[in-house]
Amino acid sequence: MSNDYSLAELCICAAAEAFRDDGEVLATGIGVIPRLAASLAMKTFSPDLMMTDSEAWMLSEPNPIGDRGEGFVQKNESWMGFSRIFDNVWSGKRHAMLGPTQVDRFGQSNTSALGGSYEQPKVMMLGARGFPGNSISHPNSFFVPGHSSRVFIDGECDFVSSIGYNPARLPKGHSLEDIDIRRIVTDLCVMDFGGPDHQPRLVSLHPGVGVEQVVENTGFELYIPAEVPTTAAPTAEQLGVIAEMDPHNQRAQQIKDNPPGDRS
Amino acid sequence: MDKQMTAAEVVGQLQDGMTIGIGGWGPRRKPMALVREILRSELKDLTLVSYGGADVGMLCAAGKVKKLVFAFVSLDFMPLEPFFRQARQSGAIEVMEIDEGMLLLGLRAAAWGVPYIPTQVGLGTDIVRKNPDIKVIDSPYDDKEWVAMPALKLDASLIHVDRADARGVCQIAGPDHYMDDWYARAAAKTYVSCDELVDSDYFSAPEQARLVYWERSATTGVVPIAGGAHPSSCNPQYGFDVAHFKAYSAFAKDEAGFQGYVDKYLGASEADYQAAVGGLDAIRSLPLPTY
Repeated sequence: MSNDYSLAELCICAAAEAFRDDGEVLATGIGVIPRLAASLAMKTFSPDLMMTDSEAWMLSEPNPIGDRGEGFVQKNESWMGFSRIFDNVWSGKRHAMLGPTQVDRFGQSNTSALGGSYEQPKVMMLGARGFPGNSISHPNSFFVPGHSSRVFIDGECDFVSSIGYNPARLPKGHSLEDIDIRRIVTDLCVMDFGGPDHQPRLVSLHPGVGVEQVVENTGFELYIPAEVPTTAAPTAEQLGVIAEMDPHNQRAQQIKDNPPGDRS
Repeated sequence: MDKQMTAAEVVGQLQDGMTIGIGGWGPRRKPMALVREILRSELKDLTLVSYGGADVGMLCAAGKVKKLVFAFVSLDFMPLEPFFRQARQSGAIEVMEIDEGMLLLGLRAAAWGVPYIPTQVGLGTDIVRKNPDIKVIDSPYDDKEWVAMPALKLDASLIHVDRADARGVCQIAGPDHYMDDWYARAAAKTYVSCDELVDSDYFSAPEQARLVYWERSATTGVVPIAGGAHPSSCNPQYGFDVAHFKAYSAFAKDEAGFQGYVDKYLGASEADYQAAVGGLDAIRSLPLPTY
């Protein structure tokens, strides 16, 4: 264990755990921390993961983030244009980690619109993107850099981009067990949907964070086990891999003020 | 057959109220010179189908769009497209918001002449609640319900490619042709701008012919416009113009709004536009993005 690590690095390691035991699936991390998490998992404990270059090729080795210099040759293993991505998505052989703007107690997420009416939203964002298809086709995880009750809301998402454990929206012939939302990593903690009836559950607290802080910043009711462990600190090996995959230290820009990993 | 046309001739064949598909993806290989020619025209009430970038933002801002069929509108490095946001937040456009893959299925259904393609994508989300035109149906083969993604029939598609010959053989040399083959096949008419017009012999070499994704019978018109994707990219020839997109976005916060952008850059022709953005050599030297 290392005592000198940033919160971003702690989150990368906690998020990498989402891909442990995934086997031979395409690991897609959208954003710097999820991408580094998937890369770390592939380069350490989940070597069978697959990865793209975020453009058009499948790689046998993850690309470092940012400018890779003139001499760099990426390790392609196949073409993987956007049309082919959907063939992979719909096969289920993928696990994506993304950062929605809202997440509700069902694990439904919103990437599209906030407030107002659907015809005239107060804040228009990206759109549904591939979230609907991802969520019903393969496992998904979330990364949220600013844990707050504005993200983890009371009530349902303003626009439901991805299916969750909501009995009221369950399609005919489907069961809640068909839905597979794995892990939510935030700047405060790790959560999953392992509580009773898929209730959101606190899995671990980042060093120096208390249960109350998480509860106060979460709009829905969390299942809190009797014993909540502390999120594991990065190992020296993990920190080395992260530095190699992020040579320009983009991870330092991802969480406000780039705090240390241990805030006790 | 010689299918060469000018951009003005392409827009002359489009009519108010048409459903227009636009190829490319976000800020990548968009037929922007053809979009600019629409901006210069009187055309209106369009329904757009697009993996949207500034093509959608500009046409919305110019009041050309009645309805948008989309999964996202984004400039990638700037996740949110400013003029698309304004159009949505002012309630100016109708939308059919769907998943990226559903859009692909809609184009395939149109291309294959079937009314819909069944999929589980969209179930359990607001895609099926906010889109009365998208039906959920029972299957004759199982007890589940399925989304019947309707065919997205296009009156016309606009696409930008690296190279084409006068007969409409089109080559996309970059790493991804996106869904452009399906845009070409889903449309009654497909108009293609190209960075370079080549002789048909160019495609004799298998490695060149391998980069042709639809038959020339699916190409209606060919418009040679070097640099015609600017400010979007035409990888491997040039990257997208980050500085230009930033300047474009700044107009959304400026009092002048989109008209300020039009006044500064659009001009009466593509030659005017290219002069205003620094010329073709500057476009061709834009670096490729690193992802």
